[in-house]
Amino acid sequence: MTRGSRKVWLYYALGMVWFLALLWPLLGIREEGLVFAQTFEVWIKVAAGVAVCLGLWQAKQSGRLDFVAKPLGRARDAAQHAAGKAPVWMWIVLATAFALAYPLWTGRYGQDVAISVLVYVCLGLGLNVVVGLCGLLDLGYIAFYGVGAYTYALLSVHVGLSFWLCLPVAALLAAAAGCIIGYPTLRMRGDYLAIVTLGFGEIVRIVLNNWMDLTNGPNGILGIKAPAVWLPDFATGLSFETFYIKRLDILYYVILAITALTIVAVHRLNFSRIGRAWEAIREDETAAELMGVNTFMLKLLAYAMGAVFGGLAGAFFAARMRFVSPESFTFMESAMVLSMVVLGGMGSIPGVILGALALVALPEVFREFQLYRMLAFGGAMTLMMLFRPKGLWPAKRFGQRSEESE
Amino acid sequence: MTPADTILELRDIHAGYGRIEALKGISLSVRTGEIVTIIGANGAGKSTTLMTICGIVAATAGEITYQGDRITGVSPDTLPPRGLCQVPEGRRIFPRLTVEENLRMGAFFRKDKEQAARDMEYALSLFPVLQERRRQYGGTLSGGEQQMLAIARALMSRPRLLLLDEPSLGLAPLVVKRIFEIVKKINQEDGVTILLVEQNANLALQLATRAYVMETGNIVMEDSASNLLKNPEIRKAYLGD
Repeated sequence: MTRGSRKVWLYYALGMVWFLALLWPLLGIREEGLVFAQTFEVWIKVAAGVAVCLGLWQAKQSGRLDFVAKPLGRARDAAQHAAGKAPVWMWIVLATAFALAYPLWTGRYGQDVAISVLVYVCLGLGLNVVVGLCGLLDLGYIAFYGVGAYTYALLSVHVGLSFWLCLPVAALLAAAAGCIIGYPTLRMRGDYLAIVTLGFGEIVRIVLNNWMDLTNGPNGILGIKAPAVWLPDFATGLSFETFYIKRLDILYYVILAITALTIVAVHRLNFSRIGRAWEAIREDETAAELMGVNTFMLKLLAYAMGAVFGGLAGAFFAARMRFVSPESFTFMESAMVLSMVVLGGMGSIPGVILGALALVALPEVFREFQLYRMLAFGGAMTLMMLFRPKGLWPAKRFGQRSEESE
Repeated sequence: MTPADTILELRDIHAGYGRIEALKGISLSVRTGEIVTIIGANGAGKSTTLMTICGIVAATAGEITYQGDRITGVSPDTLPPRGLCQVPEGRRIFPRLTVEENLRMGAFFRKDKEQAARDMEYALSLFPVLQERRRQYGGTLSGGEQQMLAIARALMSRPRLLLLDEPSLGLAPLVVKRIFEIVKKINQEDGVTILLVEQNANLALQLATRAYVMETGNIVMEDSASNLLKNPEIRKAYLGD
């Protein structure tokens, strides 16, 4: 053992002691006092796991694993080379084919998770316009999701409007809410804006919670209709029968279509003149202003566009759950969506999709460990910021920037 | 009385940040085709003057006219379309946009796409080094290249009056010389009027036709550049004699 490797193990020991000190009060506080057994059970597993990883890493560093690592590395390089040669459209076709075929080989549970992921992809992409492109930190984004959801819920229950008609209405109302919230707040910059948006997000939730006459308060709204399609009824001649989509696999395709629309729209916005102006505002607002960019209007537009996608996702959410209540629109949800954008890579569409997958699907996979979810979440975020601060899939413009092609 | 060819005029402008008054009644005028320079020490209010002209800092009193129209208090983004553009202090290019995208931002408000594309070629021909780095992020350029990019970006708006804030800041003498040559060329060949703010008084006075000297928020002297170069007081205070 060299001195360096001994130092590593010393750090390991210190880290594990610290971890135990952290874990004990977290898991050990019971009615009967501070118990140790359960904490130790978890701790020893983590400690052993980390020790194995550390041992392997050291063996690799010292070259004792070269006989495995070298062929593996070669195989990885070859795979990366092959993947790099395949055109982008091929990946898009593959991803689309996978998304379309997904319900064919999964059950209700798998479809349910996939629907959640897609809803969050829409939300993440909408927030990405505001945070990733325009650089405005919005901590109350979930308010627009709520506006969309309540728009459809109320119109469906009281007026009986169809889902498809309500979808654009929800988007419009969310955009209007974006303008109403944005108009007074967007004069602020940086931290001040974040705090004010946080406040506005809470205002929307509290209004939904307390306006009993309209929203039925914390009891929520029941009896929202699922999306409907009109199928021709051949038995009775030429009449149409309303068919409510309650099957998850068909609902999956509905949200897939909404997500596809969102992806295409955000992609087009990203590469448009307006998208460039948003990025310029993110980089240097005063300089953008000096170049003749009406920064206030463009920031308002970013807010409204972001809200549109939140509203669409919200309307779908109401139609899928057939029930809405204010507790779906808490600050925690805003934080989740923001984490997806940051984790995936700000301003990057594939990054946001990856972020949504990681934060919605992974907790489902590890359901047994639900107790430690927030712990793992915090740990993952810390590690991310240390090792990949630009996100899992950082934003870049394909083939447009030289340092990537060289 | 104001001569007919005055492109920019400031009358008794006061401006500041919060309670601190940075400009204490500035009056100056620029005639079409001139290169006018404002020299002065750090904190004299030179940059604030330019930011006030562009409407980023609000004037608390006084009047600014540009091409005969009052522009005090107008929204900053309406000025570049009227031919008034600034290259701000510290360059302030967009670091995570490519050189080409930075230039496109200069032509943001323009509807004539083809003409703008030709202007981009012209701007890049003025600074061949930018041509080589077209697809590179602005933030990866050297200081001198960033300054060139900032000037090229402003040129994309087809300015009639270009405000330049300390283009020599932190650059090597050779690069500064090159940039000043380009500024001269823009003025003489393209007929762009230039208002130049500089700490490097020697260079600025050699380039300019007229000059203002600023001290703590006031204009203390106004003369032709050649006279100021000979003025012993100026030589002592700003030219290091």
